[in-house]
Amino acid sequence: MKRRDFVGLTGLATGALFVPSIPGFGEGLAVDPLRLLDAADDPALKKRLADAALNAAKAAGATYTDVRIGRYLNQGVFTREKQVQNIVSSESYGAGVRVIANGTWGFAATNIVTEAGMAKAAQLAVQIAKANSVVQKEKVQLAPQQGFGEVSWKAPIQQNAFMVPIKDKVDLLLNANAKALENGASFVNSVLFQVNEQKYFASTDGSYIDQDIHRIWPTFGVTAIDRASGKFRSRQALSAPMGLGYEYLTPKAADKIAGPAGSDVVGYRNSYDMLEDIVRATKQVKEKLTAKSVVPGKYDLVLDPHHLGLTIHESVGHPLELDRVLGYEANYAGTSFATLDWKAKGAPYGSRQVNIVADKLQPGSLGAVGYDDEGVKTKEWDLIKEGKLVDYQKIRDQAHIVGQKESDGCCYSQSWQDVQFQRMPNVSLRPSATKMSVDDLVKGVEKGIYIAGNGSFSIDQQRYNSQFGGQVFYAIEKGKIAGMLEDVAYQTNTLEFWNSCAGSCDASDYRFAGFFNDGKGQPSQSSAVSHGSATTRFNGVNVINTARKI
Amino acid sequence: MAILSKDEAQAILKKVLGFSTADECAAQLTGSTTGNIRYARNAVSTAGSSSNVSLGVEARFGKRSGVATCNQFDDATLRRCVQRAEEIARLAPEDPEYVPMLGPQQFLTPITYAASTAAISPDFRAQVAADSIALCEGRKLTAAGYLEDGPSFTAIRNSKGLEGYQQLTNLDFSVTVRTADGTGSGYAVGDFTDVTKFDTKAMTKRAADKAAGSVGAKAIEPGKYTVILEPAALVSDEGILNRLIYALDARSADEGRSFLSKKGGGNKLGEKMFDSRVTIYSDPLNTSAPGRVFDGDGLPVKPMTWIDKGVMKNMYYSRFWAEKNKKPATAFPSGFVMEGGTQSVEDLIKGTAKGILITRLWYIRDVDPQTLLVTGLTRDGTFYIENGKIKHPIKNMRFNESPVIMLNNIEAIGKPQRLGGNMVPPLKVRDFTFTSLSDAV
Repeated sequence: MKRRDFVGLTGLATGALFVPSIPGFGEGLAVDPLRLLDAADDPALKKRLADAALNAAKAAGATYTDVRIGRYLNQGVFTREKQVQNIVSSESYGAGVRVIANGTWGFAATNIVTEAGMAKAAQLAVQIAKANSVVQKEKVQLAPQQGFGEVSWKAPIQQNAFMVPIKDKVDLLLNANAKALENGASFVNSVLFQVNEQKYFASTDGSYIDQDIHRIWPTFGVTAIDRASGKFRSRQALSAPMGLGYEYLTPKAADKIAGPAGSDVVGYRNSYDMLEDIVRATKQVKEKLTAKSVVPGKYDLVLDPHHLGLTIHESVGHPLELDRVLGYEANYAGTSFATLDWKAKGAPYGSRQVNIVADKLQPGSLGAVGYDDEGVKTKEWDLIKEGKLVDYQKIRDQAHIVGQKESDGCCYSQSWQDVQFQRMPNVSLRPSATKMSVDDLVKGVEKGIYIAGNGSFSIDQQRYNSQFGGQVFYAIEKGKIAGMLEDVAYQTNTLEFWNSCAGSCDASDYRFAGFFNDGKGQPSQSSAVSHGSATTRFNGVNVINTARKI
Repeated sequence: MAILSKDEAQAILKKVLGFSTADECAAQLTGSTTGNIRYARNAVSTAGSSSNVSLGVEARFGKRSGVATCNQFDDATLRRCVQRAEEIARLAPEDPEYVPMLGPQQFLTPITYAASTAAISPDFRAQVAADSIALCEGRKLTAAGYLEDGPSFTAIRNSKGLEGYQQLTNLDFSVTVRTADGTGSGYAVGDFTDVTKFDTKAMTKRAADKAAGSVGAKAIEPGKYTVILEPAALVSDEGILNRLIYALDARSADEGRSFLSKKGGGNKLGEKMFDSRVTIYSDPLNTSAPGRVFDGDGLPVKPMTWIDKGVMKNMYYSRFWAEKNKKPATAFPSGFVMEGGTQSVEDLIKGTAKGILITRLWYIRDVDPQTLLVTGLTRDGTFYIENGKIKHPIKNMRFNESPVIMLNNIEAIGKPQRLGGNMVPPLKVRDFTFTSLSDAV
């Protein structure tokens, strides 16, 4: 391919002199998009560099060391209506060295990825560990971890998004925008984010792990305005950020999953039809302008996976992070109601239908990797079994706190220059084991609301009280969809909500919601996570009306 | 290396522009040195520091533009960076929103740098953590806090003669103090240009007092209440008032998708939208909360009134939107000042027959952009006031409220304090809408 064909259209709108810092989207240096195609460094070279750090740390007095050499590639294509607003390609390359010395963690990072640079970072990390050990009260206890030797893991993608000419991406987004405008949208913007993490991990446990991780997120927002009334509404894409390549954007009929009859909702599994979704979004956003305003009260809610993923994230994923439970996030992300004492009491987290599993394995999910950022092979484990809390999310230096002998493999750092810590794995609600279609699920609802797509969200710092909106809302009356509603949000208490769970659809309805920008830590770090579920019913949930006059 | 002087920075920028053959070329150098310390459970958990300088170059041929960046400054690297920007520009499509680069501008002389803050050492940070932890341990409380500080600079220059330089220092500190049994929680937050104004112990004590005082919280029925919102409830990380300030964009209003859009078209510039006591302006030379004297486009930031006695006086016009609508372009300020009176929070409490004192609001998210309705929760010290006194702590509650409605329901405005680079008064507001209770502490 000729250079011009590949990078043609690379350009930035006026006023965008400096690469925007997009939360969770890396903060690398802006580069020529062709640079994103350069091959990752040879693992043999990376092993030599890593060994330089491992040896230097040992010589300086470290009892444990791990090294992460990372190349983080990002590209974002931004459009509105008929124009490209921005195309940003960025690269960040460097290494982080983490050590234990005097029983205390130390960390240092460098962008000088040479044997000398690595050794210097390792020595600095040991120096920091020793300095911090003066104020340390308890020595780090690291769960034992076998070394894996020289191994590698690659995300099972079919088409590397960085290999696709920028023009094709721009064409897709501008075509989508054109469909929205043709169908009566007042405004439309669309974006394509792509990420590739090329990570090399080595530790004194004897692991040398080379991994290639890909993520993609196509999304849009369509706005309709009624100038006469001054009312405006928008509808966001029902795509999910995924751990997939560009193949996610080649729609397959088998991946389209219809919502209940009468709802005009289609969800997407492992491939996404952007053009189809934007046409449907435009139709829906116009309908939203005149939809009936909800009457507040108790409703049975039927929640689609794109919506429910966010509720799972906030009310199950976060409260079961062990560092939050223990108080390490008290000044920022908050703590958790699900303390060790609360768990010991054995009170139900949810109804018997609620089986929630954590994993870093599901193909196509954002959490999927072979090994985590401290060299632990990834796995699946139960968090909630038949409504009962059975476990937390934990990493190597936390396992002993809950009397366990191994890490769950959910340690992550957003880049080479940040220290790794416990991050949320995929947290998913298991679908019903017995056959249940979305129409069957709706059939039993006398007075309810079907919500598709995630929208506004807010939850308290201990994860009790939450409020969620959505993208589209449909009334359910006597088991049938009965027209669109607006101004809907539900307020609930985590335990009441999960205990009101009346059942899910079966695996044929199962799909992911995902998030690129889950924030935690100070300085804050971002991580990407998926949540799988099938459409699920919750009984008697408090719905409020969000319309106001100003 | 991370903090370049004006002469050092401009010498590099001059060299960069000299390498360019483009119609227009602009370059910006930014650098910072930051240090941090984090503690939780009365022990230091992490500490670190980082240092970085980077150069951004924008080259333009006609309406085509390209950007490249680098973080090394030898001649060969600089030349390559400029060439890359030019190469990308030649391949770019014409930008329909092109506006020529700015010529020379007059900037105010910034007052954002304090040598005392630039000189902070790791030992100082460790002492902050130790002092904060010791105070809490002495009272059988548990502290979790975070301190981040350091100097930074920005230098800009373009081929049209624009030239600017600003140095800044900043220190951010926050601390959450909890009782050992987790039934009480308090918070304090502050930011400073000059570290000599920072008092760890006083801030930790405030958080500790709130934690101890919030034990035994009683539930009250959600509904509409008169509230006193402390500055941390109005602007700290997720405040309700900054939501309003960030929503003053003229383009969204003209496009019909803002709370500032007018029925039938146009925007609400010049309309009275808030209580007459509401005046919000920005001033980069405010001595308590100094700000940036030029924005990302190189536009001079000058004193400007956004809301004047309740009237929408100015909105944010980007250079493109300003030109299209024949309005002056507006520089976006780094902070704002809300005018207030002389009353402290304690004075406001004294003047309240029945109400709620709110220390902090949390997890604020947009619910409806049409009305700027947001939701969130109280946190870290919520108290019931009766007959001018704090009666007892109350359980936290979720609110659903619009800052537009809030600024129409003003009862009293207190004395502004610095927070987040802004000057924010505590506000007493009637009919603040709580919609449910939370068990969170």
